[in-house]
Amino acid sequence: MSVATTLVSVLILGGVGFIFAALISLTHRKFRVWEDPRIDAVEQLLPGSNCGACGMPGCRGFAEALVGGKVQPANCTVLGPDEVVDVADYLGVEAGEANKRVARLLCAGGSNVAIQQADYVGLETCKAAAAVAGGGKGCTWGCVGLADCEVVCDFDAIYMNPWGLPVVIPDKCTACGDCVEACPKDLFVLMPVEHKLIVQCKNLLEGEEAEAWCQVACNACGRCAADAPEVIQMVDGLAVVDYSKHDLATPAAIERCPTGAIVWVEGAQQFERPQPMEKAVA
Amino acid sequence: MGRKLRFRHGVHPPELKDLTASVPIRRMPFPTEIVLPLSQHTGKPSRAIVRPGDWVERGDKVGEADGFISVPVHASAAGTVEEVGLWPHPNGFYSPAVRIAVAPFSAQVPRSRIIPDWEGLSREQLVEAVKQAGVVGLGGAAFPTHVKLSPPKDAPIDTILINGAECEPYLTTDHRTMVEYPERMHRGLRIMMRCLGVDRAMIGIEKNKPDAIEAIRATLPHDLDVTVHRLTVKYPQGYEKMLIKAILGREVPSGKLPMHVGVVVHNVASVATIAEVFETGLPLIERIMTVTGNGVRQPSNLIVPVGTKTRDLIDACGGFSDDAREVVFGGPMMGTAVASLDAPVLKGTTGVVVLTDADVKPQKSYPCIRCGHCLDSCPVFLNPQVLGQLALSERYDEMEAHNLADCMLCGCCGYTCPSNIPLPQLFQLAKVALRRQQTAA
Repeated sequence: MSVATTLVSVLILGGVGFIFAALISLTHRKFRVWEDPRIDAVEQLLPGSNCGACGMPGCRGFAEALVGGKVQPANCTVLGPDEVVDVADYLGVEAGEANKRVARLLCAGGSNVAIQQADYVGLETCKAAAAVAGGGKGCTWGCVGLADCEVVCDFDAIYMNPWGLPVVIPDKCTACGDCVEACPKDLFVLMPVEHKLIVQCKNLLEGEEAEAWCQVACNACGRCAADAPEVIQMVDGLAVVDYSKHDLATPAAIERCPTGAIVWVEGAQQFERPQPMEKAVA
Repeated sequence: MGRKLRFRHGVHPPELKDLTASVPIRRMPFPTEIVLPLSQHTGKPSRAIVRPGDWVERGDKVGEADGFISVPVHASAAGTVEEVGLWPHPNGFYSPAVRIAVAPFSAQVPRSRIIPDWEGLSREQLVEAVKQAGVVGLGGAAFPTHVKLSPPKDAPIDTILINGAECEPYLTTDHRTMVEYPERMHRGLRIMMRCLGVDRAMIGIEKNKPDAIEAIRATLPHDLDVTVHRLTVKYPQGYEKMLIKAILGREVPSGKLPMHVGVVVHNVASVATIAEVFETGLPLIERIMTVTGNGVRQPSNLIVPVGTKTRDLIDACGGFSDDAREVVFGGPMMGTAVASLDAPVLKGTTGVVVLTDADVKPQKSYPCIRCGHCLDSCPVFLNPQVLGQLALSERYDEMEAHNLADCMLCGCCGYTCPSNIPLPQLFQLAKVALRRQQTAA
């Protein structure tokens, strides 16, 4: 192999390399998309859990919206108060205010108060159990208790209590809505923490039929609605709170509930063993 | 006879029909209360047209059809309407139902009615009469029969197939119907052929029911082109697409209906019911049903008023045995377990099987060993192994791309799986989840 051959090869390859380098450099200049460097910085400050609770397609999307001024840092439900301030300070914007929301369970029928009419045997998930004759619980609207919500929660905000009901820890709950989707009985709702008057039941049966399956069911007696007609209405055999008028509600609204289905929640639900109220003796 | 009448794949579960195969059909006494859910058929639920306190005679309409794919519901016994409200449905949920307290000393004689001569009616009138009688497919799916009798113009029908396969283990409902009422079936068939304007009918019966084949052959009407076909015993022969494949050799394309290959399939019991409608003038208010399994003391074939509660039905068969464990509506392969003994039997309930502790011993599920038995058993040629993997990771959209829609949950894959993977349950979950997604979107 002569020197010339080596030289030619090096020249050709070097030339080709140079041409492509020039092309790449040109295209880079021509088609460059400028991206605000703050987006990356803000994304670093965000939790990175991509939970979607803010309504954006993930933390990156939220960072873009933040830099674009479309949302306020407080819209991220996962960040703590100090972290919100950090983000606000970095961007020089107001932190804003967001109502803290939490997931609430509309069932209080743990194994201590609700009757299981048939045993379910099979895949150990709520979804699977609900598809086989409703899961076997006497109240077919009630919690199946196989912890699909606990499994799906990314923030360890849900644990199962000894009676098979999920407890949501309000401080950890980010209202991402994963549990709402996971529950085959649609028992979770996201509501602002200041909404404290909650009907913990979805059973549409009335009177003794409802109480036969669960001691803490709403039996549609209508006493709560009679006491506070502006806040509570009876709809299809169930007491429904009108949350637009929640400011008018007081803990007094729950006093006459004979079963204890309607509760005034401070902090977490299902912390204590739910107790049916003493029946009034005639 | 040339070709063996069969379809590919499928399984051979134990037949277990001896308990009731030779037990003659008897009528059960009227219960004290009947419950008539307004949703007993595939399609839109009917609308209640009675109120608490109303008196109804046997055969009176209590629910009106709501739309084309819907049928009316009729009182199966005379009595007073107690309530129109929520009641346990065999599907496990509470659903709207009409509850009737049966009059204790009533002779249960229906109102006298004018029975039209069916030969004098036009096709449209016949179909309307079938609809008004609340007739649905009695093979299990409870699809309104009048819809199947009025196919669209662009799908010409050349053959009626009568499904007497009864491939589900335990059940002998169709078997006894064919043995005891073969002539009624032929009369119903005649009316059906007239409705559809079809000259050719074929009756498919699995060869494990020789007495039924003989009874049907002995009574064949000579003026009609009706033939009886002896089928190889295999599950799920009674699924209409398999039956068409076995008898006619035609394959129903994915996503299409039997009428697209010129065939309509009706169950034996549905055909017999149509004859009854035009002979007695009574709507579909009772049906023949097998109550069987080792968990019931006196396995029987019964004529049961629609809306009888499971509890009353079991009592009519001597009650539960001591080791009864699970009550299944339909057969053990495709039936549904019921959670409440208050749930009533429906028009489409082919039988009630009570299983014992020994029958339902829970089995541990092991990882998939890729043996391929599920592939060899799937009658619609899906790949249950891949579908199962996708279902476990909740990739439901991809399952749809793997033709989950063709799966009719026959249970063959789960039956053959040596690792006891509950494949049919996984597929049912996927179907439920997909339906939820679609309604949400």
